[in-house]
Amino acid sequence: MATNISTAMLAQLQQRHTITALVENHPGVLARVSGLFARRGYNIESLAVSVTENPDISRMTIVVGGDHLVLEQITKQLHKLIEVIKVVDYTEQPAVDRELALIKVGAEPRHRNEIMQIVEIFRGRIIDMSDKTFIIEVTGGSEKLDKVAELLGAYGIKELVRTGIIAMARGPRTA
Amino acid sequence: MKMSGAKILLECLRREGVQHVFGYPGGAVLPIYDALYDCTEIEHVLVRHEQGAAHMADGYARATGKVGVCLSTSGPGATNMVTGIATAYMDSIPMVAITGQVRTSVIGKDAFQEVDATGVTLPVTKHNFLVKRTADLPRVIAEAFYIARTGRPGPVVIDLPLDVSIDQIEWDPESYTQNVDIPSYRPNTRGHELQIKKAAQAIAEAQRPVLYVGGGCVAAGAQMELTELSERTNILTTTTLLGKGSIDETHRNSIGMLGMHGTAYANHAVNNCDLLIAVGARFDDRVTGKVDRFAPNAKIIHIDIDPAEIGKVVQPDIPIVGDVKLVLQDLLKHVKPRPWSSWNDQIMEWKRLFPLLYPDDGKLYAEYIIEKIGEATDWKAIMTTDVGQHQMWAAQYYKTRRTRQFITSGGLGTMGYGMPAAIGVQKAFPDETVVCLSGDGSFQMCTQELMTASVYGLPIIVAIINNRSLGMVRQWQHMFYSQRYSHTNLEASPDYVRLAEAYGAVGMRVAQPGEVVSVLERALAVRDRPTVIDCVIPTEENVYPFIPSGQTVEQMMIRKDLEQLKAKVHTDSEVWSFADEERVLEQYVETVEKNQ
Repeated sequence: MATNISTAMLAQLQQRHTITALVENHPGVLARVSGLFARRGYNIESLAVSVTENPDISRMTIVVGGDHLVLEQITKQLHKLIEVIKVVDYTEQPAVDRELALIKVGAEPRHRNEIMQIVEIFRGRIIDMSDKTFIIEVTGGSEKLDKVAELLGAYGIKELVRTGIIAMARGPRTA
Repeated sequence: MKMSGAKILLECLRREGVQHVFGYPGGAVLPIYDALYDCTEIEHVLVRHEQGAAHMADGYARATGKVGVCLSTSGPGATNMVTGIATAYMDSIPMVAITGQVRTSVIGKDAFQEVDATGVTLPVTKHNFLVKRTADLPRVIAEAFYIARTGRPGPVVIDLPLDVSIDQIEWDPESYTQNVDIPSYRPNTRGHELQIKKAAQAIAEAQRPVLYVGGGCVAAGAQMELTELSERTNILTTTTLLGKGSIDETHRNSIGMLGMHGTAYANHAVNNCDLLIAVGARFDDRVTGKVDRFAPNAKIIHIDIDPAEIGKVVQPDIPIVGDVKLVLQDLLKHVKPRPWSSWNDQIMEWKRLFPLLYPDDGKLYAEYIIEKIGEATDWKAIMTTDVGQHQMWAAQYYKTRRTRQFITSGGLGTMGYGMPAAIGVQKAFPDETVVCLSGDGSFQMCTQELMTASVYGLPIIVAIINNRSLGMVRQWQHMFYSQRYSHTNLEASPDYVRLAEAYGAVGMRVAQPGEVVSVLERALAVRDRPTVIDCVIPTEENVYPFIPSGQTVEQMMIRKDLEQLKAKVHTDSEVWSFADEERVLEQYVETVEKNQ
């Protein structure tokens, strides 16, 4: 399966953009943004929202697919929403991005050591344990999380949840 | 001063300069209607259906350039307005729609007549508000009007819960201010200096330029600047349906409307131009047909206030974001005069080759009626239309002299728009002649508003172009569905003369061309009530020219009898030789080949 994905995924990756929108922290703003994406047929891969250092402002980090023309339209359409204050595209500037995953994986006693090794290599943490399962917490870039999930797949993933990417510009620059 | 939310609302509307509100009462807006009961400064127009209220506010806004205001109750009142709000949204019309809402304490509990109005109208408004506290009301109203009228205009919905209208708060009306500052909303109005210089340069260098003008020119009030540009550079000008009147259509530089039912010469001009100057236009599919074959050899200058329009459909070579009026003013500082060119002669030859003509064979045609309406009113009447064949004939034959004179639903194509819009227009300009050109299909979509026109004694003239069918759909069935006229027959319709009379309007019927002038004279003499003229035309008439959806100028259909019609016209006017015609045709083919 991995080989099947590679070419298609590579093309996808080239067309994947991480953008951040600073928005007024009002009820309904999320609906406006997600409605816009649905209406105009833009494809959201992930969306993370939370309040910022200023409680009046929320920050949305959106990962979208599409070429630069599509991205330009998305940016402009986002700007048209009255409650959107600023839109930044992190694709072409130095930025860090992170995502967090919680993975509930089958952990029979005979597999526990192997799983713990994987967790250690990827600097994850085991944050819950039962007689049959672990919950593993991993943070990192999306590809790292993909890889961890793939490796843990061998032991049976019971449940998986990811936060979606959040991003920030490197250096003193702010959004 | 202690004031209820309802009183505050009216005071704020008054301070926004609102003189007319089009609306319909209901449970959730009782406090507002109670406040209206002794409000002398705002006239409320009671409609018969909330859709009518929204179209009236829209017509009012298009005719005046001011923000139109409509009001409905919650639930069905709000949903009934949605079509009208969407109509305004698609055509960028400034409007504030106030919808009642159930009490804040029961929102989300499926209360009686509850609907999520902000949710429902989200995709069809520029912005919307749900007011949760009376104290927020003045700010929300100021912001709503500001957002509706600035930048690219559009409708704004204010959803107003019952308790917010009832609650009394301490408020000083003098504190109301129209100076609104929304940090996240600051439209650019001034065009980029360098881009404007580039545009001027491109205009200077172009061999075959054409101006393509849309509703943005009307919204910006830039008719003078546009005409100045066209005159100074001798660039011939075509407009979209919504741009009609941006240049006087009797001006020699006007080449009429372009697009699907545009003039053949405007379409040939755009197809062969080397510079297309798009002014406040959005490259709508009814204009472009197949996008990648639209103006295939042209460099494109795109002037628009909305940055998102730049590159949405076509990638311009020189984008200029700004208010059309200000950009044109700046552009005029750099643009040098150009003489009348051989390219213009070429376009004029196309005009002689493919004129707009209709038969003079004793039958009554819509085109004739439209021309007679124009002549009878010295082309000064404000015309509203509905949607369909009659709308396209009106666009082709009603020579619009100025902006805000031709009022029509373009983007959404809303049947039923015309008559309520005419009511809004007549309310704004009681002394003007307002004619609604409608169809028998469209008229029946908002017939109830005839009562509104009647009650308020509005002398609108509704000319129903009655072909006893849904003509435009029928036309497509005729051409693309093997003449299978599925459900487009409207033979079973009311007697419009008696219907008009039942509503207290004057009803007339005309079926012969010879009767049109006298019928119009009689209709124009009525000044205290509406007149409905049932104009009986042949069912089989189709609108030409016609570029089928998604196609190019090469597929343009011209009416089959054009040659005979031309021969007839030219025997009594100018001399026309077929040798001339062949030469022009050859030239056209050469130009097309050379350019592609």
